[in-house]
Amino acid sequence: MTAEKPENKKWFMLTLVGKDRPGIVARISEALFQGGCYLGEASMARLGGNFSIMLMVRSAGEANRVEQMVGPVCRSLELRHHIDRIEGELHHHVDPDVRISVHGADRAGIVAEVTGALAQMGFNIIHLESDVGGSEEDPFYVMHIEGVAGREIEDLQRTLQSLAREKEIDIQVSAIDTLLG
Amino acid sequence: MAVLPVLVYPDPRLKQVSRPVESFDDSLREFLGDLEETLRAGPAAVGIAAPQVGRFERIVLVDVSCKPKIPNHGRLVLINPEFLTLEGSVVGREGCLSVPDYTGNVARAERIVVRARDEVGAEREYTMTGFEARAVQHEVDHLEGLLFLDRLVSRRDGLFRRKVYK
Repeated sequence: MTAEKPENKKWFMLTLVGKDRPGIVARISEALFQGGCYLGEASMARLGGNFSIMLMVRSAGEANRVEQMVGPVCRSLELRHHIDRIEGELHHHVDPDVRISVHGADRAGIVAEVTGALAQMGFNIIHLESDVGGSEEDPFYVMHIEGVAGREIEDLQRTLQSLAREKEIDIQVSAIDTLLG
Repeated sequence: MAVLPVLVYPDPRLKQVSRPVESFDDSLREFLGDLEETLRAGPAAVGIAAPQVGRFERIVLVDVSCKPKIPNHGRLVLINPEFLTLEGSVVGREGCLSVPDYTGNVARAERIVVRARDEVGAEREYTMTGFEARAVQHEVDHLEGLLFLDRLVSRRDGLFRRKVYK
């Protein structure tokens, strides 16, 4: 904790990409902590063997101050990094109400076709994860989407089932019925 | 009747194990009235447990009848509940009156048999599946000092790949 009030601080989105190795998150978060930063939401993924993270960082200083904290660590770990000033909003999560799972023989265009259909129906994607499995010769593509439908799930199911038939992919649409207890 | 204040995580009292109810008297029934009013006053919650309002006794209320097309037993008072059967496992999304602004995926038994006392102390047994079974498991966890945060499974669970066997 520092004596500076949270409202006097600014949010930044720190993006890091590079070769994966153990200890990256520990080194970066230690440098930010030592620099007086507070961390918000973060998402790390290993994508195709690469380390990647997007991290909300709150600092009393400008971007160059965050740069001074993480720059040396990034150079020593051979990470590329990027810092954007953002408007940070915590404590206002949006709950998804629909989950969509897609899989099929891997080919270019699956994401564009599925997300294009969703966008036309006003679907707001909140989480998207995808992966390529199988072998070099026979790769398959898997994508999970969660979002806010803003309409009857049956409409989505109808549209996506006809897309699935046309494009020869499998699409499952299910409601996320959040239990509040 | 009164709407009671709900304890909110990270309040350490939510981690406390609750004691069994011993007397089924008017003060218990008065408390059940308050607990129910608290449940109905909040967001669309389908259950509440006594420790959520700072009374560390093994009492839960569950009512999933507000959800369309879900098999249910209506309004349930479960006192000193115990599971006789917990079968299957299904992942679903949960939130909690005591954990604002956060929901997560939790694996729960798909089918349960639960034995409990009602508000007058009579023993009852219920067989439940799906959403109602999930609600009861969520509430009974509160009696053990557990929150759904203690049982979160990763959002990426659906994407876990099998190991390659050679």
